[in-house]
Order: sequence, then C-alpha cells, then structure tokens
Amino acid sequence: MSDPMAEIRASFFIECEELLESLQDGLQMMDDGDTDSETINIVFRAVHSIKGGAGAFGLDDLVHFAHRFETAMDEVRAGRFHPDGEAIRLFFTCADILGDLVRAARDEGEVPSDVTDPVLAKLEKLVGVEEEEEEDLDFTPATLSLDLGGLGGDLPDLGGDLPDLSALPATGAEDDDALPLMADSAELTAAAPIGTEPLDIGAPEAVVAKGFTVFFKPEDTLYASGNEPLYLFRALRDLGDISVVAHCGDLPALDTLDPDTGHLSWTVTVHTEEPELAVREVFEFVDGLCQLDITPLKETGAPIAEAPAVTAAAEAPAPLPPLDFAADLPSDLSSAPTAELPPLTPAPTAPATPELAPAPLPETPMAAELQPMPEAAAAVPQPAPKAAAKAEEKPVVKPVAKSEDEPGKPAASSAPAKATGTPTQPRATVRVDLERIDRLVNLVGELVINQAMLSQSVTEAGLPPNSPVSTGLEEFLQLTRDIQESVMMIRAQPIKSLFQRMGRIVRESSASVGKEVRLHTDGENTEVDKTVIERLADPLTHMIRNAVDHGLESPEKRLEAGKSREGHVTLTAQHRSGRIVIEVSDDGAGINRERVKAKAIENGLIPADAQLSDSDIDNLLFLPGFSTAAEISNLSGRGVGMDVVKSSIQALGGRISITSQEGKGTTFSISLPLTLAVLDGMVVRVDDETLVVPLNAILETLTLTDNDLKALGPETHVVQIRGGFVPLLDLGAELGYRQPLDSYVGGIVLLIGQEDGNRAALVVDAIEDQRQVVIKGLEGSYGRVPGIAAATILGDGQIALILDPTDLVGQASGRTRTRQPQPALVG
Amino acid sequence: MTDNEKQTDSTSIELLSFRVGGQDYSVDIMSVREIRGSAKATSLPHAPFFVKGVINLRGTVLPIIDLSARLGLQTGEDTERNVIIVVDLGGRTAGLMVDAVSDILAIPTEEMQPPPDLAADEARTFVSALTIVDGRMIRILDLEAVMPPQGEEVA
Repeated sequence: MSDPMAEIRASFFIECEELLESLQDGLQMMDDGDTDSETINIVFRAVHSIKGGAGAFGLDDLVHFAHRFETAMDEVRAGRFHPDGEAIRLFFTCADILGDLVRAARDEGEVPSDVTDPVLAKLEKLVGVEEEEEEDLDFTPATLSLDLGGLGGDLPDLGGDLPDLSALPATGAEDDDALPLMADSAELTAAAPIGTEPLDIGAPEAVVAKGFTVFFKPEDTLYASGNEPLYLFRALRDLGDISVVAHCGDLPALDTLDPDTGHLSWTVTVHTEEPELAVREVFEFVDGLCQLDITPLKETGAPIAEAPAVTAAAEAPAPLPPLDFAADLPSDLSSAPTAELPPLTPAPTAPATPELAPAPLPETPMAAELQPMPEAAAAVPQPAPKAAAKAEEKPVVKPVAKSEDEPGKPAASSAPAKATGTPTQPRATVRVDLERIDRLVNLVGELVINQAMLSQSVTEAGLPPNSPVSTGLEEFLQLTRDIQESVMMIRAQPIKSLFQRMGRIVRESSASVGKEVRLHTDGENTEVDKTVIERLADPLTHMIRNAVDHGLESPEKRLEAGKSREGHVTLTAQHRSGRIVIEVSDDGAGINRERVKAKAIENGLIPADAQLSDSDIDNLLFLPGFSTAAEISNLSGRGVGMDVVKSSIQALGGRISITSQEGKGTTFSISLPLTLAVLDGMVVRVDDETLVVPLNAILETLTLTDNDLKALGPETHVVQIRGGFVPLLDLGAELGYRQPLDSYVGGIVLLIGQEDGNRAALVVDAIEDQRQVVIKGLEGSYGRVPGIAAATILGDGQIALILDPTDLVGQASGRTRTRQPQPALVG
Repeated sequence: MTDNEKQTDSTSIELLSFRVGGQDYSVDIMSVREIRGSAKATSLPHAPFFVKGVINLRGTVLPIIDLSARLGLQTGEDTERNVIIVVDLGGRTAGLMVDAVSDILAIPTEEMQPPPDLAADEARTFVSALTIVDGRMIRILDLEAVMPPQGEEVA
C-alpha cells in the first residue's frame, strides 16, 4: 500500500472542493435573501467540516482561518448577528480565501497572512466576537505516523492496563474474512493511537466551572439510521474540552451478544461557555433515538464525576469470556489467522469503541471512502488496531450501503456527506481517475470506427439486407451508440463549478474597479463535457472581467442613465439543438460603435472609408490587437482580449457572437458542441471527396427544380423554399474542389440552419450515409482549415473532413460583402 | 536519440537519403518516424498547393506534403510507388511524399558544407547543407522550412 496518508489526504481535498461548493451555494442563497436557518447551517457545516478535516492533517493555517470564520458563522447561526449585504460580501471573500487556503495546503503552498489577517480582522469587527482562545486546534499529526511495528510491543502492556480495549477488538478481528467492509491499513495507522492512549481525550485536568454533563445512551435505532456517536462527540468537542466515559456494564457475554444491538452508553463532560441549547443542538439529529440527559456542571463536578466512571470502564470487561487469551493474541494471530473463536460479527465492537471517539482521529470525513480490503484480515498481524479501525468504519458505511441497496460497496462520497451532515445530496458516487474515463472514451471511439468498417464490409459482401448478419449489425450499432452516450455522460459535469468560479471573478474584479456588480447565473446544472468546462474557464474569466470592466458603467454614470446603482452581469447556460449555449451579458452601456470604429481605423485594422454594419463593427472586437479602453486598467484592456477568447472558443469547436444595444448592454454568446469526441453526421460526396456534414446543422435535404432556383446577379443564386429565399452555395466550389457548375437544376441540396437563424443551401453531389463519426482534430497536426471543423476516419479507413457549415457560410457570404479579405494563405 | 549519437562518432550524423523530382535529398534520420507506402490522401480545401492532403495513419490524421511541389521541382506522376516518410519535428508529425528512399548515410559533419549563396532557386531555402557521397551531391533538407505553416490566421 503506497503512502496511505497521501490517499486520505487526497480525498480530504476532494471533499473540501465539494464543501467549498456548498459553502458558495449557501452564501449565494443568503445573498439572495434566504436567511433560513438551514441555509445558514449549510454554510456553517461546510466551514466546520473543512476545519475538522484540516485539523486532522495539521494544516494549521487552514484550521486557524476556518475556525475564526466558523466562529463568525456561529454568531449568525445563533441569531446574534444578522448579516447584511456587506457582511455577506465579506463572507464570500472569506469563502474565497478559504478556498485559496485549501488549495495552498494541497499544493503545499502558502497564502500570505497579509491576505488573510485583514479579512479576519474585518470579520471579527463586523460580527463582534473577539478572537477566542484557540481551542484544541492542536490535533498533533504526530500520532498519525505511529509505527505499527512498535505497536505490537505496546499491546501486551495495554492488555494489562485496559483489558477491555485489547480484548474487544481482538475478538472482533478474528472472524472477519467474510466481511466485505474492511478497514485498510491507512486506518490502522490512523486508529493506532487510540489503542495506545485511549483515555487521552480532551483535557480532564482543566477544571472549568462552566459546562455540562451529558449522559447519552443510544437506542438500537440510532445505529440503524446511520448515526454515529463518534460524530456527536466530535461535535461536542467543538464546543469545548470534553472527556468521555463509556459504560460497558450492559455488555453481555460474547457468546450471547446480539450484534445488532448497542449496549453502550456514555457520560460526556463538556467544558464550554456555550449555552445548554448549543449542546442540545449537537444531538438534534438523534433526537428520539437515544436517551439523553444534560445537566449543568458543578464547580468541581468534573473530576469527581469522572472518577467512578473510569473505574467502571476498567471493570466492565470482566464478564467478557475471551479476556483470558487477550495476552496471547498477537502471536496467535499472525501464525493462525483462523483461530477458533466463536463466530462473531464485528458489529458489537462498533458500539464498544466509540468511547474513543473524541481522540484526535484523522479520518473524520473520509472513513467510508477507504477501499474495502478483504485481505487485510489475513495480512495484518496486529488485531487490536485493526478491529478498532473497523469499528470506526462499520457504523458509518453499513447503513449507507444498505440504503443504496449496494451492500459491500462503500458508496464513496455519500457516506461522509451523510455522517457529517453536509448538505450535499446523498447520492452514491464513485470517484474515478479522469485518465481511465478518457481511455474508455477513446476505446469507444475506436469501437465506433470499427463498427463502421464492419458494416461496410458486410455491405460490400453483398449480403441481403434482412440476413441475420445485417440484423445483428443493426443491434450492434444501437449498442455502440448506447455505450457511446453512456460514456459521454460520465464525462459530463454540471457547469456549476465553472459558474461559481466566475462569481469570484466578478467579486474581485468589481472590487478592483470600484463598481457594484451582481452576478446572476442560470442553468448551472447544464451538463457539459469536463474538458469543455476546463477549457472554458480562461475565456469565460476574460469575458466576465470585460463585462465588469468595460461593459458596465461606473455607479455614477449608471445613476445618471437612470439605472440601478448596482450593475448586473448574467451568466446563463442552456442546451440548444445539440449544442450548449453560454451567454455572458451585462446591462451596461453597450458597445460604443463610433469609438470602436474609430479605434479600428486608428489601429489600422480597417480602412478609414470602410462601410460597416453594426454587427460588423461589433465583430471588430474579436480582431487581434484591438482594445477600446482609453486607459489600461488592471483587469483587462491590454489588447490581448477577445481575439484570444475567440480562438480558444474555436479550438473547442465553438463559436462566439456578440449582440449589443446602445445603453442597454452587451451579450456575448458562446455556442459549443456537447462533446468533443463524436458527432452524428451525414456523409456526402462532392466531386471526388467525401465529407461529413454535422447532422444537427441540417434542417432538410431537397432536390432542386428549375422553379426553386432564382438567379441574383451574375454569379449568385438563391433557392426559394416555401416563400423564403436562401443563398445557394456550391460546396465543391466553396472548398475549391471544382469550378462552379453552370446549372444546379437537379442538384441535391442540404438546407443548413445556424444558431443565428440564418439559413443556407449547400449543393452536394450525393448523400451517401448517415452515421456517427469520431472526431479527429486537424488543429493538432495541420492547423485550422476554413470551413472545416475536424476530420474523421470512415469505414474504409479513408479520412473524411467534417464540415463546419456556419464557418463555411460565413466565409462564403463574407466574399459578397465588404469584409476584410482573407489573409493569403502562406505558402 | 542520445544512444545513437553515442554509437556514431560525435562528429558525424546519420542521414536518410531519398530521391525526389530527380534530385537527391536527405533528412536527419532521428527525425524520421517511419516510412510507408503511398495512400490516397484526402485533400484539404484552401490548403497550400504542396499540401497533398491528409491520410489516416493508424487512427491519427497525418498531413502529407508533396515534397517535389514544395521544392518547386517538376511534379512526377502520382504513382503507387511513391513513398511517404513520416517525420516528426518538435511534436508535429507530417508525411513527406518522395519518389523513393535510397540509403542511410553516415556523414562526418566536416564534410557538410553550407549551400552556396548565389542560388536563387526556391529550393535553396529548404536546404540546410550539402555533401558529396560517391560523387553525388546530397542536399540536406531543412525540415523546419518544409513543414506546412501551423495554425494560419483565419479571421
């Protein structure tokens, strides 16, 4: 097992990303005026869970910040502080910094304290809490590196001191070969310290006047509903120092033990400044599932109350029969892992061990994510820690697995989500390395090509269309398509994460230019290929900054124009005819076309006497080296703007367009293919070349008659289709395969529709097939070809080009209008 | 790559020589990935005249350069006997269509001479050095110059 801590650490950071996301969500909801206590709880819990996990890894900076953020949120939660817009903005900043800290911790970087401190100071001033004395933030990661080898030696001693501890787990450890849920060695290391210093919980010597004694006796239903005393104790620990004493007196003898019932109860002494309500809140979720008595602590009550309890704990194991061979166990086990112990499931150990709960366990949110490792039973010689670890894991995982009807599958992320009460939807998910998915995607791509080749061979073999082979092939085709879609679904992700990042961009950029900006998002759950999301981040960031910096006016100008002081930037995503359309719009002043044109002339981008339509002028923004900002601001305006955006969008097979209304605002619209791997296309023949036209661009196909064709000028033709006129383009001529024909009567035409609603009729020689093709980029090997989106490999092994109809039509119509000429191709 | 350089004398390089348009050319053998027979290329619209098109090289799209056209030599008949040399230059892969591959030569670097400056021939810019082997002049191709322009600007 490679460094197990590294794995746990990695999953902690993945967890953090999810928590940060729900934190952002929660804040957004608060910002939208939802001050529901559940919303505040979402925020609180997210911060809290990050803090908890970070503590276990000794990420002090993170813990420190999260703790103070949490304290502030707690004030909000307790209703002592009602956040206004300013406060929520500050919370957003805190969330951003928290995200930075998490990432810094992950990449072993650092966030300078001059970033965090002022914000913290502001936070505390605002919320009005002084910085508390650092509570037990010292989770001492040192215990984690405890050497297992040394533990074997310690164990016998332990057995002497605390027979219950070593005996209980040891017996549980024996018979577990059948158990699918097994702790891996990561947890062994993690859990090891429990065995060695089981009573080092909190700080019992601290005699604090304030606090409570909590008697807690869970009913069986508490375990059955997936609750875990450990987490409750841990939540208690966040209120203050605690000491926990387990009462094992009710434990029956092992051979009469019913594994499905709990027999333990606990007395927890909490030293806290918090009111009783806070303590009760911890048990909110198990209300009715346990017997709970909370009594205020008396002055010197703590130590006295504790003393008898401890002895009780020590005496408790007396009735346990297996106690006798506890001392022999370590050697016994390593030689004979199948010792003849009475059959036992580990369930009884589960309720037994949580008395150790408040010990600094590192695996808090991740316990359930560890891989099941059945071989651990035979391989690991130290039974005690293993059993303890298992006991940790079991109560968490089992209920979840049950509820998902997937026994044995540790339902990775849902388990900790449930256990720690984060608002993430409890859906079973599996985290998979992206590389594996990509490999799968590629393989499916090959499968599609292969399937195409096979169909071609079958056709060439001249088999009758209804032969079993053809029918089988049809089904094969259907299956291939289903597989393809499912694989693509794996890669698809909601675009939400990207939108949340944009929220931050808006906050930061608006602050730096002194504008008040509100970001609205819509369609966050639109699913897009992961690669698309990743590669959209940069262009979108740029567009958002542009919108804030150039698009929106200053607050004063907005007021003058009769608009609200606060500017609005809207970010939407939606599926539209097989593509995803993302729009960035602002309600600013719109494009100042006079200025844009003047600037373009000044920069020599267009001749001074150029006659440009409004949309032509708007499109000037996409030219390289164009920037209208009179002065260069920090944010944008270095002239490396929209052209870069445009080329990155094009590299994704997308298009960007711009609409603007003077005084009303500007909208950038990006249209992207859903996936970068496959498309449905119509295979057509032009001259001697085979081309693929994306099916989603084709509205209809028709054969031209004399009546349809109308000449327009000497060269141009239009097609009359149901009362409308559509320009006719000869694909062969447009692509330079042949000279334009003299007559197109009788020709086959594809009617192409574009996002902007424009249509065009493409003349082709023949329609050959309709099939799914795997996209092979041309950019990597050759470069962009005008009018061509990509290439694909057909069934006969030949390469066919995939048409980009919009680009092609744009190129063609560009020739008839005054648009800058195509730069000569370099040769 | 370093292994091969160690094997040969550090002062000599290995070249793959081939014939194109009736002349002898060569490229550094380290940039040659493979040699394969000619295949029907799918022509690319708006491509420079010397770009023959693209072919399918085991699932990847490989642009093919008609070297004789590129060098401004007389273009022979397209025959099945043409050979494609797949070369790799800084991560970019392309196929050079030539008439025939001739030999592998180890040439001491001191026997390589820069091309004389007076040649105004277009091919001159594509030749980085000259050498003589068995009385034949071998031109060493400047691959960088031969490769198709990458990512031409499309407004």
